[in-house]
Amino acid sequence: MVLHELIDYSTLKVIWWLLLGILLIGFAVTDGFDMGVGTLLPFIAETDIERRVVINTIGATWEGNQVWFILGGGAIFAAWPPLYAISFSGFYLAMFVVLAAMILRPVAFKYRSKRPDPNWRSSWDWALFTGSFVPALVFGVAVGNVLLGVPFRLDNELRMTYDGSFFGLFSPFTLLCGLLSVTMLVMHGAVWLVMRTTGEIAARARKAGTFAALGGILLFGVGGYLVVSGYVEGFRITSEVDPNMQANPLAKQAVVEGGAWMRNYADYPVLWLAPIMGFLGMLGTLLLLQTRLEMPIFAFSKMAVFGIIATVGVSMFPFILPSSVQPEASLTVWDASSTHRTLFNMLVAVVIFLPIILVYTAWVYKVLWGKIDEETIERDNHTAY
Amino acid sequence: MELNVVDLSRLQFAMTAMYHFLFVPLTIGLSILLATMETVYVMTGREIWKRMVKFWGTLFGINFVLGVATGLTMEFQFGMNWAYFSQYVGDVFGAPLAIEGLMAFFLEATFVGLFFFGWDRLTKRQHLAATWAVAFGTNFSALWILIANGWMQHPVGAEFNPDTMRMEVTSFYEVLFNPVAQAKFVHTVSAGYVTAAMFMIGISAWYMLQGRHLQIAKRSMAIASAFGFASALSVVVLGDESGYEANLNQKMKLATIEAMWHTEPAPAAFNVVALPDMETRENIFAIEVPYVMGLIATRSLDTEIPGITELVERSNDRIRQGAIAWNSLQKIRENPAEASEELRETFRQNADSLGYAYLLLPYTDNPMEATTEQVDAAAWSTVPNVWPMFYAFRIMVACGFFFILLTAVFFYYSSAGRLETLIEKRRWILHVAVWSIPLPWIACEMGWFVAEYGRQPWIIESMLPTTVGVSSLSVAEVLLTLVGFVALYSTLLVIEIALMIKYIKIGPEDGEKIAPNPPPSVSAPSPASAVPAE
Repeated sequence: MVLHELIDYSTLKVIWWLLLGILLIGFAVTDGFDMGVGTLLPFIAETDIERRVVINTIGATWEGNQVWFILGGGAIFAAWPPLYAISFSGFYLAMFVVLAAMILRPVAFKYRSKRPDPNWRSSWDWALFTGSFVPALVFGVAVGNVLLGVPFRLDNELRMTYDGSFFGLFSPFTLLCGLLSVTMLVMHGAVWLVMRTTGEIAARARKAGTFAALGGILLFGVGGYLVVSGYVEGFRITSEVDPNMQANPLAKQAVVEGGAWMRNYADYPVLWLAPIMGFLGMLGTLLLLQTRLEMPIFAFSKMAVFGIIATVGVSMFPFILPSSVQPEASLTVWDASSTHRTLFNMLVAVVIFLPIILVYTAWVYKVLWGKIDEETIERDNHTAY
Repeated sequence: MELNVVDLSRLQFAMTAMYHFLFVPLTIGLSILLATMETVYVMTGREIWKRMVKFWGTLFGINFVLGVATGLTMEFQFGMNWAYFSQYVGDVFGAPLAIEGLMAFFLEATFVGLFFFGWDRLTKRQHLAATWAVAFGTNFSALWILIANGWMQHPVGAEFNPDTMRMEVTSFYEVLFNPVAQAKFVHTVSAGYVTAAMFMIGISAWYMLQGRHLQIAKRSMAIASAFGFASALSVVVLGDESGYEANLNQKMKLATIEAMWHTEPAPAAFNVVALPDMETRENIFAIEVPYVMGLIATRSLDTEIPGITELVERSNDRIRQGAIAWNSLQKIRENPAEASEELRETFRQNADSLGYAYLLLPYTDNPMEATTEQVDAAAWSTVPNVWPMFYAFRIMVACGFFFILLTAVFFYYSSAGRLETLIEKRRWILHVAVWSIPLPWIACEMGWFVAEYGRQPWIIESMLPTTVGVSSLSVAEVLLTLVGFVALYSTLLVIEIALMIKYIKIGPEDGEKIAPNPPPSVSAPSPASAVPAE
């Protein structure tokens, strides 16, 4: 008996699909509010001390949050190597823009308050904005492109060629997805600021969060309509697929078809929970932002992020990266994963480490919890950013 | 010179990796030194140790963020620029990267926030635990990335599957306990320790020369020199272990490091200085020390070390064998379901050399029809440029021995309690320490160069040539991002160095305005206290 055969290959593939979903949602929920806060920074805080308040609400924890992104990359590499290879080389310039923006973020946090010069500080504030807004936008645009199908081809040796261009990434639908991503994260970040700040800043955050939630509901609705109406076509596998097959994306047949992204909902109506959570989350956030409540809004905001991302995942299952020019080369959960052995070994690593990570992350948040205001900054002048 | 995607992608990877590696060794070493100093603080309760942790912690932080920022690029560059490589080896190579995230990055990134922000919110012991968590995280991170890198140098525990067109894990255990990876890990990590120690020694020496912050400078000197001396010894000993492993697995790398064009009778001599000529394939000039090379590389007096020419001849055979594997692979791929067992057997028997057939692709479309000249040219393409290897290695080793000497001197003076003698009488030694601050970085970069450039033309040793691993990108795209990264990284590096210098000049008292009421024990007020607070 070989250890990794304890779990079926096909079951492992589905487990990894769920795990990667959890990682991406973990990234959007944790680093998401950091990006939202960073995007709001230049608009919500005017004086230097206000900006320091805003920055310090995320200053001590953004670094751990960003690891969800790095881990997401590593996990995709390990679990779906062709996805890692094709998406990052296909979206090459977009990835460069994201990386360049994200590189600015750590540096901006750390270096901003190291000099008192207002120009210096204002430059880093804009760097923080860029490092937050640009990835939020590009990730959404990328998801939109994935839903539409990406123009890549695979040859017999699985070498990829890409027919698209950087500007080809932007279409009305993908821009809509990009904006939805930005509004979702801005809403999430605004809710975070409501919880972690007081007075003027918190009041402005409530206002910003309200607008973002409204925008999010609208954009999610329009996006959903475009998919339901068949304006955005989906993909469907037309040949027999053995879920236990060895990885080989070229072994199947697939077609582009209007309404294909709705098939899973027809087959499993329980999946409607995902978009419903997306809407309810945003609606709840919108309504509660008008009250004096704080913590429960965050729960709704998290639910919104969860629901929106899960909606994309379940609509596409089992597809993970459809090809618009060679549909049979599309990557799916069944034919693009790593070997049985690697998936199992990696699962063992996740089962050991993920709970540990969650426990210490929760502890760190608990230690650092509390409202941040101008007094806190002045008192902790030597440690605050 | 005509630009092509492979060269530009290599240049970009080398550039981003070497920039990343400017920050990583210091992070690895300084995190351990911080944790050690804080342990002393918790055990003795003496405030001065806390102030040391805060001061060196400020410099650590300035450096750490750039390690994080540049590391982000590394994580995604495999997919961006080396897509075929990623697809080819992801089943093996992706796992260590993912585990690095799970086990190491989360730990260091989550607790580094507490390290800086947790002083007033945690008990002494809790804060100490956070500091150690950062140190462990950083070091684990090095472990996993070097397991991944070690596998590229010596791909064990995996085999090629013609149906999925990729390398697949056969033994995870072998991948983890790859001797090359383990040797590289201990060598690299101790190089990081030396870097941090030399950094602390150099800056402390500068304070001593200036007569500032003497209390902190002396204590830092003591701890850094002890730590640095032990690490400098182990970096050389463990580096020798790396050389031994290289001889077992990467004979060409070893031969080029030595500029050894032909197999010599055992035990081989060591070339101290040489002028290798790639055209005539011999050394124009060389100074040799008999026996030494044989001892280092084989740990014996009677084992031969193959020279470059002989290794090229071996490549010749493997290229021909690889062509057979390549040919049967094409047939299997055309119709995997119907491929005969005989065909698969032919493939299996030659699969080990498949990578060698790819070396022929720049010369011919069909490796089976390669001419003798083409096979010869492909075989010679397995030789990296000799002189950069030869000298990079020697610069690294020279630095290594110098570090042993310098740390030993300071270890002697500080453990004998005679640092005052240095300040009063032998100030030149302190000057040497200050001017030596950049040397560990040079040594680290040289070491990286020897390891990675010496692996060429392979991206996975003997399995996949670098030219095959590249993404389908245009020259313009890669050039654009290359220029972008260089500009961005260089700007950040300049800012980083300026901030480092600023905070070193300010010194411990006002470094991060750490002590609300400075203890009276500190040396005379420095001009730095005039510097405006943050």
